[in-house]
Amino acid sequence: MVQEIMHPLSKYLREAMIPHIWCTGCGNGIILNCFVHAVDELEMDLDKLVVVSGIGCIGRSAGYTNADSFHTTHGRALAFATGVKLANPELNVVVISGDGDLFAIGGNHFIHAARRNMGIKVICANNFNYGMTGGQQGPTTPLEASTTTTPYGNIEHPFNLVHLAAASGATYVARWTTLHVRRLTQSIKRMLQKEGFCFIEVVSPCPEIFGRRNKMRTGLEMMDWFKRASVVENFSDPSKAEITPEKLVVGEFVNIEKVSYEKFLHEKISQINERKVGW
Amino acid sequence: MPERIRHAPLDMGKATFPKAKIQLIKDQCKGCGFCIRFCPQKVLEESQEINARGVHPPKIVDESKCLACGFCTAVCPDFAIFIIEKPSKEDVKNG
Ligand SMILES: Cc1ncc(C[n+]2csc(CCOP(=O)(O)OP(=O)(O)O)c2C)c(N)n1
Ligand code: SF4
Ligand code: SF4
Ligand code: SF4
Ligand SMILES: [Mg+2]
Repeated sequence: MVQEIMHPLSKYLREAMIPHIWCTGCGNGIILNCFVHAVDELEMDLDKLVVVSGIGCIGRSAGYTNADSFHTTHGRALAFATGVKLANPELNVVVISGDGDLFAIGGNHFIHAARRNMGIKVICANNFNYGMTGGQQGPTTPLEASTTTTPYGNIEHPFNLVHLAAASGATYVARWTTLHVRRLTQSIKRMLQKEGFCFIEVVSPCPEIFGRRNKMRTGLEMMDWFKRASVVENFSDPSKAEITPEKLVVGEFVNIEKVSYEKFLHEKISQINERKVGW
Repeated sequence: MPERIRHAPLDMGKATFPKAKIQLIKDQCKGCGFCIRFCPQKVLEESQEINARGVHPPKIVDESKCLACGFCTAVCPDFAIFIIEKPSKEDVKNG
């Protein structure tokens, strides 16, 4: 498409891949927008930025970002990102992926990357279902929600992602919705400047597949829910950060410092080289 | 991109508000309506036009009401709208 006006953030997007394929009213584009906005504000060196994602609608983000990026197999974004980070700790490694990719098939990678404090920055688009494959129930689908595989209402308790991330050891944990564009951008900037494992959950509208089965046919109706129900409770107990039709707790929950795995690893390597190992 | 202040300044009465030129890349719009619904100044409205994607892109109702908050720029999933801040009278005066 020939365009006369250039968007100021277009240099961060791969021209040949844009326009993206996401549906009207999908929140994934907002997450991508806030991410590249944060990269722009930090004036990050694009040669040191790596974006990794898994499979799913949001997984396409890696391909859309004009940095070194890799679209991994389903669930393996963190495993791949771990390899990148350990091979070259200088790189800023960001994983942008879905609730299904990171917490169902990739759940073990998540808890262990957080426990080890791998210096990877994770953004999860939580749209409460497997959007790409037709809207199956997933690990964050709320109780009683309707999906293609729970047509009578979901009877599985969902994960509380911020609680899970905090309990697993993440050094930065936040949750925003796609309506909180400023706070989300600020949060992304903050986590990009931290050393250890960081996690941001972005509650995101999937009107085409999830919303329409749950009385929110459009992205606007889903964003109206975020507006009505969101309550900012910074540094509150993440185990109490609920997501219900009435209340959606957002905010920053954890911001601590802890030595990263790659730092320990490289220190250990030099100790071994100097023969100073053991207790 | 501009970082806007979120709280009312103490010299609110005397302050001149920033102004912006709103840029629409019409054919890139998917018609989600986010920029229209959530613009705090109600600067935008759905147009009757049909763009290359077969949807009604927004149109600018009154650009003079825009406070250059940048919300539309940040909330657009399709990078179809952005603002260019116009220099304020003070900026012009101060060179
Ligand atoms: C090994 C493997 N199993 C299953 C699939 C099918 N599959 C593709 S995307 C997806 C789920 C995506 O859900 P999520 O990560 O939440 O992303 P969304 O599409 O919702 O953005 C699944 C199960 C696959 N591609 N590979
Ligand atoms: S199916 Fe849902 S998540 Fe996927 S692009 Fe459409 S609205 Fe977005
Ligand atoms: S910059 Fe703010 S006030 Fe101006 S059109 Fe966009 S959302 Fe409305
Ligand atoms: S937010 Fe973007 S895609 Fe949505 S209506 Fe506005 S210009 Fe169009
Ligand atoms: Mg999903």
